[in-house]
Amino acid sequence: MAETKRLAIIATKGTLDFAYPPLILATTAAALDYEVHIFWTFYGLQVLKKKRDLKISPLGNPAMPMPVDMPILVQILPGMEAMATVMMKQKMKGKGVASIDDLLDMAIESDVKMIACQMTVDLFDFKHEELIDGLEYAGAARFFEIAQGADITLFI
Amino acid sequence: MADKTLDAKGLNCPLPILRAKKALKEMKAGQILAIEATDPGSAKDFESFCTQTGNKMIKASEAGGVYHYEIEKC
Repeated sequence: MAETKRLAIIATKGTLDFAYPPLILATTAAALDYEVHIFWTFYGLQVLKKKRDLKISPLGNPAMPMPVDMPILVQILPGMEAMATVMMKQKMKGKGVASIDDLLDMAIESDVKMIACQMTVDLFDFKHEELIDGLEYAGAARFFEIAQGADITLFI
Repeated sequence: MADKTLDAKGLNCPLPILRAKKALKEMKAGQILAIEATDPGSAKDFESFCTQTGNKMIKASEAGGVYHYEIEKC
Protein backbone atom coordinates (compact mmCIF):
# COMPACT_ATOMS: atom_id res chain seq x y z
CA MET A 1 0.00 0.00 0.00
CA ALA A 2 1.32 3.41 -0.98
CA GLU A 3 1.82 6.19 1.52
CA THR A 4 -1.43 7.84 2.67
CA LYS A 5 -2.39 10.82 0.55
CA ARG A 6 -3.61 13.99 2.17
CA LEU A 7 -6.33 16.47 1.14
CA ALA A 8 -6.63 19.92 2.70
CA ILE A 9 -9.71 22.06 2.06
CA ILE A 10 -10.50 25.63 3.08
CA ALA A 11 -14.29 26.02 3.23
CA THR A 12 -15.43 29.64 3.35
CA LYS A 13 -19.07 29.59 2.31
CA GLY A 14 -22.22 28.95 4.28
CA THR A 15 -25.13 28.70 1.86
CA LEU A 16 -26.81 25.34 1.31
CA ASP A 17 -25.42 24.93 -2.20
CA PHE A 18 -21.88 25.89 -1.21
CA ALA A 19 -21.87 23.55 1.79
CA TYR A 20 -21.93 20.62 -0.65
CA PRO A 21 -18.57 20.80 -2.47
CA PRO A 22 -16.28 20.55 0.58
CA LEU A 23 -18.36 17.75 2.12
CA ILE A 24 -18.72 15.75 -1.10
CA LEU A 25 -15.01 16.00 -1.82
CA ALA A 26 -14.04 15.26 1.79
CA THR A 27 -16.20 12.15 2.13
CA THR A 28 -15.16 10.84 -1.29
CA ALA A 29 -11.47 11.41 -0.57
CA ALA A 30 -11.89 9.60 2.76
CA ALA A 31 -13.45 6.68 0.84
CA LEU A 32 -10.34 6.73 -1.36
CA ASP A 33 -8.22 6.37 1.79
CA TYR A 34 -7.04 9.97 1.91
CA GLU A 35 -6.35 11.68 5.19
CA VAL A 36 -8.71 14.68 4.98
CA HIS A 37 -8.69 18.04 6.75
CA ILE A 38 -11.22 20.83 6.35
CA PHE A 39 -10.42 24.29 7.63
CA TRP A 40 -13.75 26.07 8.13
CA THR A 41 -13.59 29.82 8.13
CA PHE A 42 -15.88 32.84 7.69
CA TYR A 43 -19.38 31.81 6.55
CA GLY A 44 -18.25 28.19 6.28
CA LEU A 45 -18.69 28.07 10.06
CA GLN A 46 -22.47 28.07 9.51
CA VAL A 47 -22.14 24.47 8.32
CA LEU A 48 -20.68 23.46 11.70
CA LYS A 49 -23.52 24.91 13.78
CA LYS A 50 -25.47 22.40 15.83
CA LYS A 51 -28.63 24.23 14.80
CA ARG A 52 -27.97 24.55 11.10
CA ASP A 53 -30.35 26.51 8.94
CA LEU A 54 -28.60 26.67 5.60
CA LYS A 55 -30.36 28.42 2.75
CA ILE A 56 -29.73 29.02 -0.88
CA SER A 57 -29.56 32.57 -2.10
CA PRO A 58 -31.09 33.06 -5.57
CA LEU A 59 -29.97 36.69 -5.46
CA GLY A 60 -26.39 35.74 -4.72
CA ASN A 61 -26.31 33.24 -7.58
CA PRO A 62 -27.75 34.95 -10.64
CA ALA A 63 -27.28 31.85 -12.84
CA MET A 64 -29.21 29.57 -10.48
CA PRO A 65 -31.95 27.74 -12.35
CA MET A 66 -35.31 28.49 -10.75
CA PRO A 67 -38.33 26.19 -11.11
CA VAL A 68 -40.33 29.12 -12.43
CA ASP A 69 -38.83 32.07 -14.23
CA MET A 70 -38.56 34.78 -11.60
CA PRO A 71 -37.63 38.40 -12.15
CA ILE A 72 -35.04 39.82 -9.75
CA LEU A 73 -37.62 42.12 -8.19
CA VAL A 74 -39.72 39.10 -7.24
CA GLN A 75 -36.67 37.33 -5.76
CA ILE A 76 -36.19 40.24 -3.36
CA LEU A 77 -39.64 39.72 -1.81
CA PRO A 78 -39.72 38.37 1.75
CA GLY A 79 -40.05 34.59 1.89
CA MET A 80 -38.60 33.97 -1.57
CA GLU A 81 -35.29 32.70 -0.17
CA ALA A 82 -37.11 30.30 2.13
CA MET A 83 -39.30 29.12 -0.73
CA ALA A 84 -36.34 28.57 -3.04
CA THR A 85 -34.58 26.64 -0.25
CA VAL A 86 -37.57 24.36 0.32
CA MET A 87 -37.86 23.69 -3.41
CA MET A 88 -34.15 22.97 -3.75
CA LYS A 89 -34.22 20.55 -0.80
CA GLN A 90 -37.20 18.72 -2.30
CA LYS A 91 -35.48 18.47 -5.64
CA MET A 92 -32.31 17.13 -4.03
CA LYS A 93 -34.24 14.51 -2.09
CA GLY A 94 -36.06 13.44 -5.25
CA LYS A 95 -32.77 12.99 -7.10
CA GLY A 96 -31.15 10.92 -4.36
CA VAL A 97 -28.69 13.64 -3.32
CA ALA A 98 -27.50 13.30 0.27
CA SER A 99 -28.48 15.97 2.79
CA ILE A 100 -25.83 18.19 4.37
CA ASP A 101 -26.60 16.60 7.75
CA ASP A 102 -25.94 13.14 6.31
CA LEU A 103 -22.74 14.18 4.54
CA LEU A 104 -21.43 15.86 7.67
CA ASP A 105 -22.18 12.72 9.71
CA MET A 106 -20.42 10.58 7.11
CA ALA A 107 -17.42 12.91 7.08
CA ILE A 108 -17.10 12.70 10.85
CA GLU A 109 -17.63 8.94 10.76
CA SER A 110 -14.82 8.56 8.22
CA ASP A 111 -12.49 10.57 10.43
CA VAL A 112 -12.32 13.80 8.42
CA LYS A 113 -10.48 16.31 10.60
CA MET A 114 -12.45 19.51 11.16
CA ILE A 115 -10.73 22.73 12.12
CA ALA A 116 -12.70 25.87 12.94
CA CYS A 117 -11.02 29.22 12.44
CA GLN A 118 -10.90 30.76 15.92
CA MET A 119 -10.55 34.28 14.53
CA THR A 120 -13.86 34.10 12.66
CA VAL A 121 -15.54 32.27 15.56
CA ASP A 122 -14.68 35.40 17.59
CA LEU A 123 -15.63 37.74 14.79
CA PHE A 124 -19.17 36.36 14.62
CA ASP A 125 -19.45 35.93 18.40
CA PHE A 126 -20.04 32.19 18.06
CA LYS A 127 -19.67 30.08 21.18
CA HIS A 128 -17.87 26.76 20.99
CA GLU A 129 -21.05 25.18 22.42
CA GLU A 130 -23.02 26.37 19.38
CA LEU A 131 -20.78 24.40 17.05
CA ILE A 132 -20.59 20.63 16.67
CA ASP A 133 -18.33 18.69 19.00
CA GLY A 134 -14.92 17.37 18.07
CA LEU A 135 -13.63 20.51 16.35
CA GLU A 136 -10.11 21.79 16.63
CA TYR A 137 -9.89 25.57 17.04
CA ALA A 138 -6.89 27.12 15.38
CA GLY A 139 -5.64 29.75 12.99
CA ALA A 140 -3.93 30.13 9.65
CA ALA A 141 -0.58 28.83 10.87
CA ARG A 142 -2.22 25.50 11.70
CA PHE A 143 -3.66 25.33 8.21
CA PHE A 144 -0.20 25.77 6.67
CA GLU A 145 1.16 22.98 8.83
CA ILE A 146 -1.49 20.71 7.30
CA ALA A 147 -1.33 22.06 3.75
CA GLN A 148 2.44 21.78 3.62
CA GLY A 149 2.17 18.00 3.68
CA ALA A 150 -0.94 17.81 1.50
CA ASP A 151 -1.07 16.30 -1.97
CA ILE A 152 -4.15 18.33 -2.87
CA THR A 153 -5.24 21.68 -1.45
CA LEU A 154 -8.55 23.30 -2.34
CA PHE A 155 -10.12 26.65 -1.55
CA ILE A 156 -13.90 26.53 -1.73
CA MET B 1 -21.24 -15.40 -7.47
CA ALA B 2 -21.08 -12.28 -5.34
CA ASP B 3 -20.39 -12.50 -1.61
CA LYS B 4 -22.31 -9.31 -0.94
CA THR B 5 -24.69 -7.09 -2.87
CA LEU B 6 -25.22 -3.36 -2.61
CA ASP B 7 -28.33 -1.65 -3.90
CA ALA B 8 -27.33 1.93 -4.72
CA LYS B 9 -30.21 2.57 -7.11
CA GLY B 10 -31.68 6.07 -6.88
CA LEU B 11 -28.62 7.40 -5.06
CA ASN B 12 -26.44 10.13 -6.43
CA CYS B 13 -22.78 11.13 -6.11
CA PRO B 14 -21.00 10.56 -3.75
CA LEU B 15 -23.35 8.09 -2.02
CA PRO B 16 -22.77 4.98 -4.22
CA ILE B 17 -19.00 5.25 -3.67
CA LEU B 18 -19.38 5.87 0.07
CA ARG B 19 -21.72 2.89 0.49
CA ALA B 20 -19.40 0.67 -1.56
CA LYS B 21 -16.43 1.67 0.55
CA LYS B 22 -18.40 0.86 3.69
CA ALA B 23 -19.47 -2.53 2.32
CA LEU B 24 -15.93 -3.46 1.24
CA LYS B 25 -14.59 -2.55 4.67
CA GLU B 26 -16.51 -5.45 6.18
CA MET B 27 -15.36 -7.94 3.54
CA LYS B 28 -12.31 -10.16 3.21
CA ALA B 29 -9.72 -10.05 0.41
CA GLY B 30 -10.85 -12.12 -2.58
CA GLN B 31 -14.55 -11.60 -1.87
CA ILE B 32 -16.77 -9.99 -4.46
CA LEU B 33 -19.14 -7.07 -4.01
CA ALA B 34 -21.94 -6.70 -6.56
CA ILE B 35 -23.37 -3.20 -6.95
CA GLU B 36 -26.45 -1.90 -8.72
CA ALA B 37 -26.63 1.83 -9.41
CA THR B 38 -28.63 4.24 -11.53
CA ASP B 39 -26.27 7.22 -11.42
CA PRO B 40 -24.70 7.46 -14.92
CA GLY B 41 -21.66 9.14 -13.35
CA SER B 42 -20.99 6.01 -11.33
CA ALA B 43 -19.41 4.24 -14.31
CA LYS B 44 -16.32 6.44 -14.35
CA ASP B 45 -16.44 6.90 -10.57
CA PHE B 46 -16.24 3.21 -9.74
CA GLU B 47 -13.47 2.79 -12.28
CA SER B 48 -11.51 5.60 -10.57
CA PHE B 49 -12.39 4.22 -7.14
CA CYS B 50 -10.87 0.84 -8.04
CA THR B 51 -7.75 2.40 -9.58
CA GLN B 52 -7.13 4.46 -6.45
CA THR B 53 -8.00 1.94 -3.76
CA GLY B 54 -6.36 -1.08 -5.38
CA ASN B 55 -9.57 -3.11 -5.61
CA LYS B 56 -10.35 -4.93 -8.84
CA MET B 57 -13.26 -4.25 -11.19
CA ILE B 58 -14.31 -7.64 -12.49
CA LYS B 59 -17.45 -6.69 -14.33
CA ALA B 60 -19.14 -3.46 -15.38
CA SER B 61 -22.28 -3.42 -17.49
CA GLU B 62 -25.44 -1.43 -18.07
CA ALA B 63 -28.96 -2.55 -18.93
CA GLY B 64 -32.05 -0.38 -19.04
CA GLY B 65 -30.48 2.45 -17.07
CA VAL B 66 -29.20 0.19 -14.29
CA TYR B 67 -25.44 -0.16 -13.92
CA HIS B 68 -24.02 -3.40 -12.58
CA TYR B 69 -20.55 -3.64 -11.11
CA GLU B 70 -18.63 -6.46 -9.54
CA ILE B 71 -15.63 -5.46 -7.48
CA GLU B 72 -13.15 -7.88 -5.96
CA LYS B 73 -11.67 -6.75 -2.69
CA CYS B 74 -7.88 -6.84 -2.89
